[in-house]
Amino acid sequence: MTDWTINELERIAAKIRGEVVSMSYRGKAPHLGSALSCVDILVAAYWGGLNIDPQHPGNPDRDRLILSKGHAAQALYAALAYRGFFDADLLATYNQNGSCLAEHPGPRCLPGIEAATGSLGHGLPIGAGIALSGQMRGRSYRVLVVSSDGECNEGSMWEAAAFAAAHSICNLCVIVDNNGWQATGRSADIMGNSPLADKWTAFGWETIEINGNEIDQLIEAFKYKPGTDDKPFAIIANTVKGKGISFMEDDNNWHYRIPTQEEVLLAKRELGLK
Amino acid sequence: MRNAFADEIGKLATDDKDIVLLSGDIGNRLFDKFQQKFSQRFVNCGVAEANMTGVAAGLAMTGLKPVTYSIAAFNTHRCLEQIRVDLCYHNLPVTIIGVGGGLSYAGLGYTHHASEDLGALRLFPNMTVLCPCDANELRGALRAAVTHHGPVYIRMGKKGEPDIHHGVPDFAIGKGLKVKEGDDICILGVGSILSEVLKADTLLTEQGISSSIYSFPSVKPLDEELLQKVFNRFPLVVSVEEHTRLGGTGAAIAEWLVDTYLSNAGAFLRLALPDKVFNEGGDQYYARESLGLTGKQIFDKILAKVKIISK
Repeated sequence: MTDWTINELERIAAKIRGEVVSMSYRGKAPHLGSALSCVDILVAAYWGGLNIDPQHPGNPDRDRLILSKGHAAQALYAALAYRGFFDADLLATYNQNGSCLAEHPGPRCLPGIEAATGSLGHGLPIGAGIALSGQMRGRSYRVLVVSSDGECNEGSMWEAAAFAAAHSICNLCVIVDNNGWQATGRSADIMGNSPLADKWTAFGWETIEINGNEIDQLIEAFKYKPGTDDKPFAIIANTVKGKGISFMEDDNNWHYRIPTQEEVLLAKRELGLK
Repeated sequence: MRNAFADEIGKLATDDKDIVLLSGDIGNRLFDKFQQKFSQRFVNCGVAEANMTGVAAGLAMTGLKPVTYSIAAFNTHRCLEQIRVDLCYHNLPVTIIGVGGGLSYAGLGYTHHASEDLGALRLFPNMTVLCPCDANELRGALRAAVTHHGPVYIRMGKKGEPDIHHGVPDFAIGKGLKVKEGDDICILGVGSILSEVLKADTLLTEQGISSSIYSFPSVKPLDEELLQKVFNRFPLVVSVEEHTRLGGTGAAIAEWLVDTYLSNAGAFLRLALPDKVFNEGGDQYYARESLGLTGKQIFDKILAKVKIISK
């Protein structure tokens, strides 16, 4: 399934985390905790989970990944650059005036960006449309929508959830980066998210729950074959917000905080980076 | 208009295999033929307009040409952010059909009135906003919409609108269509209210006032060439629309007029709905009468303006 060992992928994830922390510092951009929690998901998807080719980002048969939690764009940009979709030097322009790397990804802003996001609740309906189009035209690609527990507050998520199940859009997969937090508090308290997996199951989705910071579990989950039972597929990926950096883990201050130069160095040391 | 829509979309889908019709659980039996013929290209998206619009975006991203269909009020305001972000931001070729525009569904209550739709949607970059006056013009608008490289909103009536055009006119986005030539004033009618404008014209003619009348379906982009011509030629230009006077076609023309220096522009009269909720039972004609847009009321307002200008 993948050309890399788990150790190699974990090393790539660490590098992306280091890059994300630097980008947040240089670009003075928040949402670091949200970006860090989904790094392993992106690594598992782009390094083996999905049928993608950085040299042919427009191939009509490619699998699609939509980062519906668009505020984690730092992680998406770094992952795409490290995977070879575009020159990693571009990451230095993140959130700078005139850059194509805005705080949220714009339409067709870079190779590998499938949809502009930033307002929550948009990625799943769009993903459902792309997946439905594949079915209509007999193409075998899959669509992976990276969502979050906070995003599950949005009504349009559940409109899309009901729609995809009713129309057997089984080439659609949602992965919920379930880090337990949203912008200002615990997701369970704010909109009663729990039990999240049961909700997706009740909406007619084949649902599994995994540790979303374990790359081997993620790659295993992405092996699902659409069409076996006609259901769309939901992965509840339990993660830690701020994952990988001890002083950011599960501390929701890092939804908005920007690291200091000293904290960047500290984070990189923890990640085993220079 | 809706029967013409069902017929025309079926014809267009026969020629263009990329056309996909999405319905928000509206149009009972209306699309039976379409479904029989193109079962793979009709999707009932349920009463979930936000999702339907996002799904349309996803379909368009892969090269299809989706047309979404629901009641005008629901297919615009209800999913306004999806229109703004998914369609306009990405500039995708999706046609949004609003059935029952303006006060078509007067008696169903304010929830079903689409009296702010044109103004709301014309605010968004990349958006085209069309408001055809009859079934013939609707066919022309639909043909133009499905070949346009970007999102298009078409506000329709419901059924039984009087024919203004004889046959499908030569419709183009950004162009008005001449209905009648006259010498004294110019009236631009937007949508099905044009039938009331023609009643007003009969009364104006009795008063010796000769009107040039245009159907003015392209709310965005405006037909600037036509506007330039009529404001230079006539001492009075009137716009008439079944839409709040805030932000609609008349407002768009007023913005254009302020931004465009014409040394000798005629006066401009905007006839539209007042900025208020219509909250009574009754049919479309009753609602128009209550809000001042019947032929007789349009005539009275134009005549009063003509008298002021003539002084």
